[in-house]
Amino acid sequence: MKTLADLRAIKEKAKMEMATREQSAKYRISVAMGTCGIAAGARNVMSAILDEMSKRNIQDVHVTQTGCLGYCDQEPMVQVTGPHNNTITYGKVSPELARKIIAEHVQRDKVLADHVFK
Amino acid sequence: MRELSLNILDIVTNSIEAEATRVIIAIEERQSQNLLRIRIKDNGRGMDEEFVSKALDPFMTTRTTRSVGMGLSLFRQSAEQSGGDLDIQSQPGVGSLVTATFELDNINRPPLGNMAESLVNLIVGSIDVHFCYLHKTDFGHLCFDSYWLFARMAESESDIYDQVAPAKRLLREKLKEIKSKSF
Repeated sequence: MKTLADLRAIKEKAKMEMATREQSAKYRISVAMGTCGIAAGARNVMSAILDEMSKRNIQDVHVTQTGCLGYCDQEPMVQVTGPHNNTITYGKVSPELARKIIAEHVQRDKVLADHVFK
Repeated sequence: MRELSLNILDIVTNSIEAEATRVIIAIEERQSQNLLRIRIKDNGRGMDEEFVSKALDPFMTTRTTRSVGMGLSLFRQSAEQSGGDLDIQSQPGVGSLVTATFELDNINRPPLGNMAESLVNLIVGSIDVHFCYLHKTDFGHLCFDSYWLFARMAESESDIYDQVAPAKRLLREKLKEIKSKSF
């Protein structure tokens, strides 16, 4: 049985690990989770990304969620921010495309030009 | 929204944007009362009375990227067309409580859908927020806390993303145990 103090310590440790990870992350991925994104299927896109991260044992990437980006008709949208703070925005992302973004963009530094939202 | 679990994901995103550090999602299904009640409570910055009255207006939003905010009005529409309603209690600096009720057997009531997906994605996507999920039915109850993921992470010295699948599996199994037949 864990005490409340134990749990707090565990959470603090996890938070610190995540903060370190965020700072040292090569890529930061953010999934737009506004009403428009959710209605267009952002939840499954997020699930696909999380699943692929675990399957490929990717350590240097941080995943987060954000609100509406202002291009509701292009949802679900995913932003990938690279080492030099250059952000690539993908539009109309399906779960399959999300997996491809992890495999190609994140792991092989290859931007999927056909799906970039300009 | 096809599933109420998507509305819940949406409303909780409001809480996160209101800088909440604690979010409680409580669901009650009572076949005996033909009732489904969803409550979302946060300790975010809260709203004053005037803001609450505007919050249900689809042409009201705090966002600057577009000028309409549909989340709460969509949730209310789902509740009202299912013989229920939506209520917001809020206090600036204290937090908000959104309560939506539905007739459990109403033909227009969307299914609850995949709560495991909504909840675990929320926890992992907003690591600074403490989530507590309560689900009561006539057959039992379930309580899931975001500490579960952190504790697993610490015990196995593994990555948080490796806890996503086990957490979803556990939630799905536990929910199945307490589900009533109407779902």
